[in-house]
Amino acid sequence: MEDALLLALQLLGATVRLATPLVLAAFAGIYCERAGVVDIGLEGKMLAGAFFAAAAASATGSPWLGLLAAVAAGVALALVHGFACITHNGNQVVSGMAINILVAGLAPTLAYAWFHYGGQTPLLPSSARLPQIDLPGVEAVGAVPVLGPVYRELITGNNLLIWMTLVIVLATQWVLFRSRFGLRLRAVGENPAAVDTAGLSVTRLRYQALMITGVLTGLAGAYLSTGHGAGFVRDMTAGKGYLALAALIFGKWRPGPTLFACLLFAFTDALQARLQGVPLPGIGVIPVQFIQMLPYVLTVLLLAGFVGKAVAPRASGIPYVKER
Amino acid sequence: MAQAGMVKAGGQPGMVPGWVGYALMPVLNLIAAFLLSGLVILVIGENPVDVLSLMLSEAVGYPEAIGYTLYYTTDYIFTGLAVAIAFHCGLFNIGGEGQAYLGGLGAGLVGLALTGWPWPVAALAAILASALLGAAWAWIPAVLQAKRGSHIVITTIMFNFIAAALMTWLLVDVLIKPGQQSPETREFDPGVWLPSMEQAAGWFGVTLPNSPLNLSFLWALACCGLFHLFLWHTRWGYALRTVGRNERAAVYAGISPSRQIIVAMLISGALAGFVGVNEILGVQHRIILNFTGGVGFVGIAVALMGRNHPVGIILAALLFGVLAQGGAQVSFEYPTINRELVMVIQGLVILFAGALENLFRPQVEALFRRRGAAATEPGRG
Repeated sequence: MEDALLLALQLLGATVRLATPLVLAAFAGIYCERAGVVDIGLEGKMLAGAFFAAAAASATGSPWLGLLAAVAAGVALALVHGFACITHNGNQVVSGMAINILVAGLAPTLAYAWFHYGGQTPLLPSSARLPQIDLPGVEAVGAVPVLGPVYRELITGNNLLIWMTLVIVLATQWVLFRSRFGLRLRAVGENPAAVDTAGLSVTRLRYQALMITGVLTGLAGAYLSTGHGAGFVRDMTAGKGYLALAALIFGKWRPGPTLFACLLFAFTDALQARLQGVPLPGIGVIPVQFIQMLPYVLTVLLLAGFVGKAVAPRASGIPYVKER
Repeated sequence: MAQAGMVKAGGQPGMVPGWVGYALMPVLNLIAAFLLSGLVILVIGENPVDVLSLMLSEAVGYPEAIGYTLYYTTDYIFTGLAVAIAFHCGLFNIGGEGQAYLGGLGAGLVGLALTGWPWPVAALAAILASALLGAAWAWIPAVLQAKRGSHIVITTIMFNFIAAALMTWLLVDVLIKPGQQSPETREFDPGVWLPSMEQAAGWFGVTLPNSPLNLSFLWALACCGLFHLFLWHTRWGYALRTVGRNERAAVYAGISPSRQIIVAMLISGALAGFVGVNEILGVQHRIILNFTGGVGFVGIAVALMGRNHPVGIILAALLFGVLAQGGAQVSFEYPTINRELVMVIQGLVILFAGALENLFRPQVEALFRRRGAAATEPGRG
């Protein structure tokens, strides 16, 4: 009983840790897609964030400068996306793809040139990593039967960014549905012409949304390389940006369901790490590759079966051309 | 999507010549992409002019290099056509990577099975098998899009990941050559290898340099011709393009969009699958891991730059072939530069030629309009 509880809690703990970058990226997507800009470049922005966080942290020894560099990189790429899609009415999917390919090449190229470490950054010492928050009273509470393990495995010792993500989730729900900015943001994704008629700048609103996207993807990247991991390795996002996009669609562009989808994907990921090489009753050992497929297959099944037709914000993906 | 800007280029009739949109704008955008690439090369501490000129000379400077460049071009023609046909139906097929991977499985299984058969039989069977598996891999996302409304961009991306895992499993656990460590199949019987261009030219007494270029290059060119015939000279092509232009109008015309979506994706997947013929039957002669290496994504850029037209696609594929071959060589010669630099240049080319295609348009059009106005002024007076 005790063991089963511990196992479940460890699985949940791993889920939360794996979900954090997904949640940050997916919520980054919520802002821009709600404003009518499709961003398939979440993956690239995250990877850039991961690289620049690790590079800056490695060079300066400060995780905070790393975090700042990651956010700056995310915002810079978001502005490139905005310049192409908002200012020049470019194709949004193509712009996103270009950013993904560009960063997938740029990060290892720069890592190679700056660190001579085979396309990675050196391993970061713990002082250059984002700290984990140890809450007081682990000894005192730890002795309590059920509460103790829960406190130990799930609550305390989590990375700072995990807590920040929690705040961002709650804030997003409020911003989108309770603030004036959120109302305008949603309006510009549904009917930009109406927003324009009301005397608000569509361009300005969309750029604002993309800046938020840049900040959040930068945080997601920083978490990967300086929070969860200890340095940048080539291709370290490994499709998380795309999974975040899937979570966003599965969540129908709403914060709550999107968070749930991210947790679900992270849970399958945590599960697959546990299942590798473990024989299942009646089936035997499943080849690793099939277990690794799990999140992707699940995505396809969910998109096909449960969400039904995914209806995006109406103006999503369409450049707004002001009437002259 | 990509042509929308083209139509607008002639907004003021007779003022801006057509070649401005088709030739001048892409060239300007390319120059911008290369200038920025030069900046990146400067940042990593090399001389951009030296690197880029070495790249060019290593790609087209001597006959052997041209063979290598055309071999890469072959892949890009296939994936470019694949993306373009989906585009014409209004679909974004990002799954070329997975479809090409599965196509390689089809070609490879034929190569493994037909030991002792003459190569023309193997070549035909491989073309069929790679088309079949490539199409099958595109079929599921197509059906999900057409019948269930799942987002095709997402499903095709997911199918890339699933294909990668599936192929790894097949190569590690199933098809691996017995008693071997590295995950690849045994080499095919040399009799079924697709002849290289050097060999083929030899039949006619022509000497060509040794390179991986093989007969599938000719098949790629043939596919360009068939693509053109199908899309603009058959009623199937007409129906497909109608759905791409205006789905609602298509419904009124009695065309079923979901049917066209599936047809377009099947052809798209088959075309991407042909990469497997070039790579597996033509060059590697065994199934190996990750032989696609991003060709599906480059295909998106090729289709965009080629304006979804076969002639444009050949030219754009040539450009990316030059980048691939030149980039590979540069990374050998410069210790500070690795192969990823090519991805940087590719990314910038896609960004400028694809997403920022309108960047210089207003200025250039204004320039031509002013000149056009100046030229017509005296005549009017």
